[in-house]
Amino acid sequence: MFVRLSAAIAALCLLGTPIFAQGAKPTGPQIAHIAYTAGTIDINAAKQAIKKSKNKAVVAFAKDMVRDHEAVNKQALALVQKLKVTPEDNDTSRALVKQASDKQAELAKLKGAAYDKAYAANEVAYHKAVIGALESQLIPAASNAELKNLLQTGVKIFQGHLEHAEHVAAELK
Amino acid sequence: MLPGLKSLAVLGLALGVTGSIPAHAETIRVKIDKLVFEPANVAAKVGDTIEWMNGDVLAHTATVKGGWDVMIPPRKSASFVLKKAGDVEYYCRFHPNMKGRIAIAPK
Repeated sequence: MFVRLSAAIAALCLLGTPIFAQGAKPTGPQIAHIAYTAGTIDINAAKQAIKKSKNKAVVAFAKDMVRDHEAVNKQALALVQKLKVTPEDNDTSRALVKQASDKQAELAKLKGAAYDKAYAANEVAYHKAVIGALESQLIPAASNAELKNLLQTGVKIFQGHLEHAEHVAAELK
Repeated sequence: MLPGLKSLAVLGLALGVTGSIPAHAETIRVKIDKLVFEPANVAAKVGDTIEWMNGDVLAHTATVKGGWDVMIPPRKSASFVLKKAGDVEYYCRFHPNMKGRIAIAPK
């Protein structure tokens, strides 16, 4: 199957180019915002899947995504409050949101098995892209040990979801 | 294995199947911290209980393909009594990168 480069990858690729160019690293408040946004995007995609899909495995996966990312985002909010950090909106977060809403509009037009396949493929691509961004950009830029720690746990969660998404995608073929 | 021990093992298996609680069954605790089963490998006997203590804010499972499935809610514990001898590999259905193994000896 020909898988198009997802909007999410395209968005996250921006992390490596103009946004943090000239050696500018995202700040703690920006990292917190980007990580939180990445979770929210997956929750919204999953909510769409729960509404649209009739496939048991797809719906179960989507429910897992909502539950996990809500739990992690709650933990992230508790941490930023403890650290007295106010998450700061930034170009990367805005680009992510824009790309995700475009993708959601694209997926909204699909139905049945075509939708299920496209959602699963996008989940695989999106989780890969977030793992890449966390490992190459966000974790190295995080100076607070607790924030770094949460992002590192985030990588393991996204890796778990990626494997899960790959199983779901493989079942749909 | 000595013949005497072997019959004891058979007896142990029979007890396990009928649900009797062996006098010296143990509880083996496995912690879950940041998506890792710790220890990942444990040795147990038929009749022992595995208790998973989930320290994460995420729900996990201990699942054996084609076998048992234990739900482990966030920040809670869940347990399972081992009924059959053998080596089993288990994983978390929600995060299949989490893996563990139990070597279960006959009683």
